[in-house]
Amino acid sequence: MNKQPDVIEREEVVVRFAGDSGDGMQLTGTLFSDTSAFIGNDLSTFPDYPSEIRAPQGTIGGVSGFQVHFGHKQVNTPGDFADVLVAMNPAALKANIKSVRSGGTIIADEDSFTPKGLRKAGYETDDPIKEDKLEGYNIIKAPITTLTKETLKDVGLDPKSILRSKNMFALGMVYWLFERPLKYTEQFFEQKFKKKPKVIEANKKVLEAGYHYAETVELLRPTYKISPAEIEKGTYRNIDGNKATAWGFIAAAEKANLELFCGSYPITPASEILQELSARRDFGVKTFQAEDEIAGICTAIGASFAGSLAVTTTSGPGLALKSEALGLAVMAELPLVVVDVQRGGPSTGLPTKPEQSDLMQALYGRNGESPVVVMAASTPSNCFHYAFTAAKIAVEHMVPVLLLTDGFLANGSEPWRIPKMADYPEVKAPIVSEGKKDWMPYARDPETLSRTWAIPGTPGYEHRIGGLEKDELKGSVSHDPHNHEKMTYLREEKVNRVVSEVPDQPIEGAQEGDILMVGWGGTYGHLRTALDELRKQGIDNVGLAHFNYIRPLPANTGEVLSRFKRIVVCELNNGQFVSYLRMNHPEFKYLQYNKVQGQPFTTIEITEHVKKLLEA
Amino acid sequence: MSNNNHQDTQQLTAKDFKSDQEVRWCPGCGDHAIMNAIQRALPEMNIPREKFAFISGIGCSSRFPYYMNTYGFHSIHGRASAIASGTKTANPDLSVWQVTGDGDSMAIGGNHLIHTVRRNIDFNIIIFNNEIYGLTKGQYSPTSRLGAVTKTSPYGTIENPFHPGELVIGAQGKFFARSVDVNMKLNQEIFLEAEKHKGTAVVEVLQNCVIYNDKTHAVIADKKHKDDRQLVLRHGEPMIFGANRDKGIVLDGLKLKVVEIGKDGYTEDDILVHDAKTKDPGIHLMLANMQYPDYPVAVGIIRSVEADTYDDKMVDQIKAVREQSEFKCMDDLLNSGSTWEVK
Repeated sequence: MNKQPDVIEREEVVVRFAGDSGDGMQLTGTLFSDTSAFIGNDLSTFPDYPSEIRAPQGTIGGVSGFQVHFGHKQVNTPGDFADVLVAMNPAALKANIKSVRSGGTIIADEDSFTPKGLRKAGYETDDPIKEDKLEGYNIIKAPITTLTKETLKDVGLDPKSILRSKNMFALGMVYWLFERPLKYTEQFFEQKFKKKPKVIEANKKVLEAGYHYAETVELLRPTYKISPAEIEKGTYRNIDGNKATAWGFIAAAEKANLELFCGSYPITPASEILQELSARRDFGVKTFQAEDEIAGICTAIGASFAGSLAVTTTSGPGLALKSEALGLAVMAELPLVVVDVQRGGPSTGLPTKPEQSDLMQALYGRNGESPVVVMAASTPSNCFHYAFTAAKIAVEHMVPVLLLTDGFLANGSEPWRIPKMADYPEVKAPIVSEGKKDWMPYARDPETLSRTWAIPGTPGYEHRIGGLEKDELKGSVSHDPHNHEKMTYLREEKVNRVVSEVPDQPIEGAQEGDILMVGWGGTYGHLRTALDELRKQGIDNVGLAHFNYIRPLPANTGEVLSRFKRIVVCELNNGQFVSYLRMNHPEFKYLQYNKVQGQPFTTIEITEHVKKLLEA
Repeated sequence: MSNNNHQDTQQLTAKDFKSDQEVRWCPGCGDHAIMNAIQRALPEMNIPREKFAFISGIGCSSRFPYYMNTYGFHSIHGRASAIASGTKTANPDLSVWQVTGDGDSMAIGGNHLIHTVRRNIDFNIIIFNNEIYGLTKGQYSPTSRLGAVTKTSPYGTIENPFHPGELVIGAQGKFFARSVDVNMKLNQEIFLEAEKHKGTAVVEVLQNCVIYNDKTHAVIADKKHKDDRQLVLRHGEPMIFGANRDKGIVLDGLKLKVVEIGKDGYTEDDILVHDAKTKDPGIHLMLANMQYPDYPVAVGIIRSVEADTYDDKMVDQIKAVREQSEFKCMDDLLNSGSTWEVK
């Protein structure tokens, strides 16, 4: 390595921070990402952490990782393989070595590589380099623990706090490696520990010590330079999917001039939406942390009845519990948004890992003929747009909307060009306010088939709604066989007509040709990057249709699918969207590419698969 | 519950609260009497009709909202407490009433009921307790007495029943009252008080299912026995009962005891005076748990204690946080925290 130039200019780099779940790796990764964003890189991040809060120290099960992919071009994924791995202990090395590019750089805290530590991580010998065949990697052994202790010996902190700041030593080293300034992280310390000047001082000292250590030791040559990205002008911020979702709802409530109500129950990986909304009392947001998932949706339905923009947030198991109540919202025709931040299933499954296996549940997981609008966000930041749009559709069409995101979008973050609310449309709730004559609760708009919303407290509109089948107009109970059939078709048609709100499905890459990659939801970044990679390799007969609207599908879906010889539907499940397409567009033949490992796609596995298809 | 927004309303009558729907409860069902009492009590509350919302789950009693000319929501089994919680929290200006049965509220909806009570959300819950599943045609309920023979317990139940009062007070309930379906006057009185009470007000009405559990409450409700077997509680009045008003309740050590006034040296001065407003739930719990034949069954308002409500605290918190907030609109929030310019 020493013979290489001192500074290498790179388009993009992937860094992975890994350590014990108590080592502060999520924070370390976030601070590195923030700094990279502030100096103008585009980036994408992905935290990979265990569902146990503190699994046994030093074991593989307790390893928490944070990957950040940054570059001076557009970055759509957190990256397949890390160029640099920071391993705070042997378990972090063992658990992550497969995620490191062959020949990549590994920065390891050598103090933790004791025989005891190695055994805990599952190494059989005292030489992990030999055991894991790491000879071809650029391994930087740094006594991070020792140097952190040394740096802080006179600061007057207790030994536990001193050890806790060793992640900042590692961060300092990585900052130097990529020529990043320390000031943004220092500002963070000053904000975060306002009342603990000692802690500010200690963290700054360790960060600088790491930086200077890296500068001093020759091992860390070369450094990498990643120039700022060429991205659209504007004001940017970092945002993760869950926060973007929460904000999308607040924005929709503002545009609709309605109060926002969120009835919910904490569940991984959706809890942050409820948390963020709970913090937004200043926007008049009413959050109701219910006693269970069912009460979460039921309080939201009660609030919707009372005239609020009502949402409930959950993940797969919670959606299962909410299904009966969601059917009630379908029957009563009340506006409601249900967010399912998907995770690996069935049952408790893989709580912290992303999957797209709730699609069928979202579409059909209720008793009776129970159609709802189903949408999916596809990047962390566009969760804002789709949460906003889900709320808009729910309110304007008086229909429940199910918004699918996943653990990857929810916890992943990226820079986001901050939108202006003036550019967003009004949300027009069909609320009745004046004494209409002969008003009926289930009389419909002839275009949308939406009913009107008479809110309790409005004189002259007293009426009853409920879960029993109802008379077409008055809403009173009806067991008439033909009425039930008519109502079933009406509810279906009402959801179909939401297609008027759905933009045409775009195709990226080739507009017609050999292979159309089809995706939906959280896999966009990987599919898009795969498409770019294929084009870079001279393959120009491949397109990508990535769906955000599932039910109803965009009006031009059939036309889009007809433009390619072959269609390959790529998704993180056992083939749910492809089944749905087969049902809705049986005139086409579909290939499928599935992954069910609780992990996102890698770009390379998609490009390899498409290339294999092209060769066949 | 209480409603401060007492606008001028034209004088409403019971008739104004009847909807155009045909009432389909069985002839002789206790539900008819309870609905009559409600429809008579509502006009006296001085609340505009459009501010009432009746919310129910599933069961015979849960058909109630359809028969009321108010806003109404007949929902799904067990969830009315949760739905009503959302409605009241979203719009605290409404007078919200949950109508439920012993199966709906104590079995499938038990979790929602206790958490509603714990939160003290300001709405009223009327539990029609007939100790049986009526709509599904005669299976035992969580309030069916031990040994009750029903369609699903042909050899008698082997589980202990819930007592709604015990459950509600155990869940930190602030208002609990009990009545019998046919006692229209007492029912009206209780409903009015429940409406005035700020916080979750639970009213258990002992209701007769004429088809599947007929006369289950007759032993205390029958005209010829009721004075001797019911203790009508009124705040500030001594706990005297009996056709001749010659029996009363005293505190004997840590237990309640029935005594005859003038016997064993007991005088009227020894009889406990009902204090519904004391915060300590001890006596209230003992009163709620009194069972015939050892005791008379307590009816009337057993407990009525003032406390902050969830919905008020929500409004107050929003106001307080808003006053301190740096954000005026969504654009402010979007641009808050760390941002940077790309030029």
